[in-house]
Amino acid sequence: MKTVITAAGNTADSAFDRRFGRGAWFCVLNASNQIEEFIENVLVEASNGAGTKAAEKMVELGIGKVISGDFGPKAKDLLDKFEIQMVILQDESLTVQDIVNRFQHE
Amino acid sequence: MPRKISLRKVVAPPRFQGFRPYGVNGLCSERVELLYEEYEAIKLADYDLMHHTEAARLMGISRPTFARIYESARRKIAQALVETREIKAVYGNAVLDKSWYECLSCHARFTIPRSHKQNSCPLCASECVEPLKN
Repeated sequence: MKTVITAAGNTADSAFDRRFGRGAWFCVLNASNQIEEFIENVLVEASNGAGTKAAEKMVELGIGKVISGDFGPKAKDLLDKFEIQMVILQDESLTVQDIVNRFQHE
Repeated sequence: MPRKISLRKVVAPPRFQGFRPYGVNGLCSERVELLYEEYEAIKLADYDLMHHTEAARLMGISRPTFARIYESARRKIAQALVETREIKAVYGNAVLDKSWYECLSCHARFTIPRSHKQNSCPLCASECVEPLKN
């Protein structure tokens, strides 16, 4: 199951972005929680529907779990419908690597 | 006897306990109590920019009721600003969306899709999770 973390940049040291639809980058992790790729979010500047489109993108990529800071009501509905797990982290001082490291403790 | 107040659905409670003005002499001792559903109404209408009809459906109430809650929220915030009062977040008549869980060891909040069997934290795999309340 693939995981997505919303990130402010495209490296492992980038800060975790708490926005979902308007987060700058999506960091995709593979099933064994290794960073696979960074996908630029083209919807950062969108005036509306960013959350919905980002959620559709997750479905398209076959993501099973999304880690972000907040989900809008529409994004939440859509992710719920496709049974994608949402994880909310409140701590904005984290980097992408910090979150990946948390998985390694398992 | 008046009709019982129906509970309003709130997706996530406010992340603050209150707001306090600074740089004023003599804070008015009485606080303004902002209810969770009022916070939610402001959030849906003015932050998520939803139409009232849509927002009302999300909160499980009628549009006129939503409008009343929203108006009351705006008036309370205005009162707090003008009279330099402290704002306190109060539970009110809210029912929190049950689909969220919180991990007690790493404080991550998450949903559990129907197809998932285990009830463990998706981050630290801790078994100590509970439905999100207050």
